[in-house]
Amino acid sequence: MVEKKGKKEQAPRAKMPEQAPDVRNKNFLEVPLGLTPDMAKMEAERCLQCKKPACVEGCPVSVDIPGFIARIAQGDFDGAAVKLWERNALPAVCGRVCPQEIQCEGNCILGKKGDSVAIGYLERFAADHARENGTADLPVVAEKTGKKVAVIGSGPSGLTVAGDLIVKGHDVTIFEAFHQSGGVLVYGIPEFRLPKSIVASEVETLVTLGVNIETNSVVGATVTIDELFEEGYDAVYVGVGAGLPRFMNLPGENLIGVFSANEYLTRTNLMKAYRFPEYDTPVPRGRNVVVLGAGNVAMDAARTAMRLGAESVKVVYRRSRAEMPARAEELHHAEEEGIEFILLTNPVQFFGNDNGRLTGMECLKMELGEPDDSGRRRPIAVEGSEYTIPCDLVVVSVGAQPNPLLTNATPDISLNRWGNIVADTATGKTTKKGVWAGGDIVTGMATVILAMGAGRESADSIHDYLTLGW
Amino acid sequence: MFKIVNREKMAQGTIVLNEIDAPRIARKAKPGQFVILQANEKGERIPLTMADVDSEKGTITIIYMIVGKSTRIFGNLQVGESYYAVIGPLGKATHIENRGKVVCVGGGTGIAVLHPITRGLKQAGNEVITILGSRNKDLLILEDKMAKVSDTLHICTDDGSRGHHGFVTDVLKDVLEKEDIGLVVAIGPVPMMKFVSMITRDKGIETLVSLNPIMVDGTGMCGGCRVSVGGETKFACVDGPEFDGHAVDYDELSKRLTAYQEDEKISMDACQAV
Repeated sequence: MVEKKGKKEQAPRAKMPEQAPDVRNKNFLEVPLGLTPDMAKMEAERCLQCKKPACVEGCPVSVDIPGFIARIAQGDFDGAAVKLWERNALPAVCGRVCPQEIQCEGNCILGKKGDSVAIGYLERFAADHARENGTADLPVVAEKTGKKVAVIGSGPSGLTVAGDLIVKGHDVTIFEAFHQSGGVLVYGIPEFRLPKSIVASEVETLVTLGVNIETNSVVGATVTIDELFEEGYDAVYVGVGAGLPRFMNLPGENLIGVFSANEYLTRTNLMKAYRFPEYDTPVPRGRNVVVLGAGNVAMDAARTAMRLGAESVKVVYRRSRAEMPARAEELHHAEEEGIEFILLTNPVQFFGNDNGRLTGMECLKMELGEPDDSGRRRPIAVEGSEYTIPCDLVVVSVGAQPNPLLTNATPDISLNRWGNIVADTATGKTTKKGVWAGGDIVTGMATVILAMGAGRESADSIHDYLTLGW
Repeated sequence: MFKIVNREKMAQGTIVLNEIDAPRIARKAKPGQFVILQANEKGERIPLTMADVDSEKGTITIIYMIVGKSTRIFGNLQVGESYYAVIGPLGKATHIENRGKVVCVGGGTGIAVLHPITRGLKQAGNEVITILGSRNKDLLILEDKMAKVSDTLHICTDDGSRGHHGFVTDVLKDVLEKEDIGLVVAIGPVPMMKFVSMITRDKGIETLVSLNPIMVDGTGMCGGCRVSVGGETKFACVDGPEFDGHAVDYDELSKRLTAYQEDEKISMDACQAV
């Protein structure tokens, strides 16, 4: 291995096999098909096995990246998966949805001159191989401590906390508001980007390790945090996500046909409306669809609309291409699938017919002015540039704010002025004794892996608390 | 999980009562709050305001009219069978206090929602005048129960087969002429709540209505249940389900309730074909 390095540096980065754009934009099957074992081994051999791996520094959960890649290069695929699990409870998820280009791969030394190692593809490969073959050993669960932990929310941060603490010997119960576990991984991210069977399998692994899951439990409504303590829980982790959708408060926003991205995606993904009427929940199948916003969620909504049979899908964004917050890969996939980007354009109002159904959206053209607080150039309306885009479905995807349901019921947890929970950045401790928080409820809308990173830190802190004290 | 312990058919089988085992919900639920129910894994999530709660027994009661595929599946569940999911208690509880004399107006299955609120108002020391409406005498529900928690009970039917021949609003106008009313609570079909609110607005009498828009999660996450109240957008699931009847945009609400009319038909046809 080691002596090969010099030559292998020049090998081209693996190309992910994908469904063709004009095929995949009509189905909900996963877009990338995964590397073959040979491709994975070849790609793994490109890794320089740096002594001070910069990639690991770029990983919010500090996966031993050279370590798992070396095992793939040796053909020890199960060993690679075990190596991943040491630091990451959800590698099959992260291999698919992490923004590797600004994390591990963004730091890869090979990327300075050529293409970085395809770390995300390799992570996905190892995790998929282990899941599909069921051969890799599960982590060993430590002797039971007798301590009970309640994890509120079964999204990426909650699953990480549950996985870490069950292995350390604590009893863990997850409380999930929906009827299925996974949080944003099941209601938000579409099937074509993250198959739900993978999420189910990751959750199943936690259950096998001993994690108890109570679905249909809205903490703050069904039960409060104080009642959980009364029931004998020793620590509580709050990972309830970003919660409340933002609308734009424009005239006509309550017309039938204007949806939050949360509703549009929840109907389609969690409730499986794309399989209506086999599943009972419907979702509007817009002909001419407009998605407002340009983040990853907006791309998910746009690509979903295309798959649900839209004739046209337009992403309308008030800034320019350079400011679009979605991952480059998502933008690229969306464009390949026929989604139009209408940039420097802002909605003004929505029009409807007598039945209250959406028929169009008035927009204003924008131009970029001086940079604003975020450092991005502020969009300014061009006077007299109003025009109408005919549409029968608008998906508003301009972010979300914290859901106050749980925090209203727990007044002794301090919030910041936006309603996010105040938590110590190093430990996740809130202002209420015995309660930790992490993920979007603390940071506002962010990524799966950052939520997992926060979960990891909180789990370490909870373990310290349960063994040493607050 | 969520086993049905009691089931009754009402109104010639068009309306069904289910008493469901749900101890965690029953321990906390208050009048005016709702639950979301799902009959099976492929089913829709349907919001229903609770008709009763027995915290000692650990049960909640819902009463619903069979109108589409989902309520038909609900209606076919027998005692001993279970709902796949019941989530709650959701929404804000009714603010109950002594307002002197109050009028409770109910129509259709809205009477089921009105019952615990009326009982609460009575227990709080109010003199309760109740007006119930239905299309005909056979479709009227919970008359006896409502009589027990009311000082005066008026019945109205559209066809005159029982009580006053006409709408609840006719009787309400009479009552408001004669009595000094502190609060009106109106729960039923949207047009009923709209016309009750129009009458009480003219007289400046505070009016509470309970709305039942289309929802998915019921916890504020989706925003599907948006209603305009006093020119502001509210989420019925977390800001409601009760609102100031004078401020609600009923026409917008009525339209939004038709959003899935075509899909509902497709769903019903597909299920009848089986």
